Amino acid sequence: MNLAEGVQLVSLIILGAMMLASALGVVLLANIVYSAFLLGGVFISMSGMYILLNAGFVAAAQILIYVGAINVLILFGIMLVNKEEPYLEGSRVWIGRAATALVCLGLFALLGAMVVATPWVISQAPAAGELATVEIGKHLFTDFLLPFELASVLLLMALIGAIVLARRELLPDDEQNTQSALTLPERPRFVAAAKALSEPAQR
Amino acid sequence: MQLEYFLLLAAALFCIGIYGLVTSRNAIRVLMSIELLLNAVNLNLLAFSNYLDPAEIKGQVFGVFIISIAAAESAVGLAIVLAIYRNRNTVDMEQFNLLKW
Repeated sequence: MNLAEGVQLVSLIILGAMMLASALGVVLLANIVYSAFLLGGVFISMSGMYILLNAGFVAAAQILIYVGAINVLILFGIMLVNKEEPYLEGSRVWIGRAATALVCLGLFALLGAMVVATPWVISQAPAAGELATVEIGKHLFTDFLLPFELASVLLLMALIGAIVLARRELLPDDEQNTQSALTLPERPRFVAAAKALSEPAQR
Repeated sequence: MQLEYFLLLAAALFCIGIYGLVTSRNAIRVLMSIELLLNAVNLNLLAFSNYLDPAEIKGQVFGVFIISIAAAESAVGLAIVLAIYRNRNTVDMEQFNLLKW
């Protein structure tokens, strides 16, 4: 093992540990704002792994789209539906969680056994490396042209669909309706804060 | 040997995502778990592209497609969550029983 391979292995271990810890935090933490920020950590470590895999263009796209767009969108969503509500926990919730964890561990064992047992045919061809962006562009405009155009149509459909779904449907015809349309349907912050202060033992 | 490391990491991320998808009560956390699943698939595709097909990198093209589809999915999913929140005044997954009978 020469120096470059050692550096690759160490960075893979660091990135993998970061990714797994952040992903567990996303799933297990109680506060959803922490989960959203840890999701950004998952995306950034994934982008580092893409760089290890000679995919610089996809790594840049990952940071731009996932961290810059999707994560910010999720944070906005959290702010818009931010309401304190006590989830009614049954007494036997842990049975379902334990069963789910068991099934997921079994799935991981299955996938791991498959990955280790399969004799992969590692190609010895030289990697595209810095020319990967050129190769992706050639693919997008020759043999992947139809999926590329379909993806653009799908993005347009998703844009229009999201606007139609998220739009308010009431039409403001008089003054009172306009007033109610401009206010968010959530409790004022100080009421929620006072309630949380008055009964802190429930947390 | 490095291909197996990436595949195992992707499998672990996929299983964590499935666990979150099943056990979360908050609808936005379900969306985040779906993003984890998509990222795991993307890591698999790029690992195969680098180790099995390094000259003609079709896996990276698929990765770019998956990223764009994930952006569309996230936008529509959050719009649906907002619409449900406006109608039902909650984001608890247990109380979304519109399609039950």
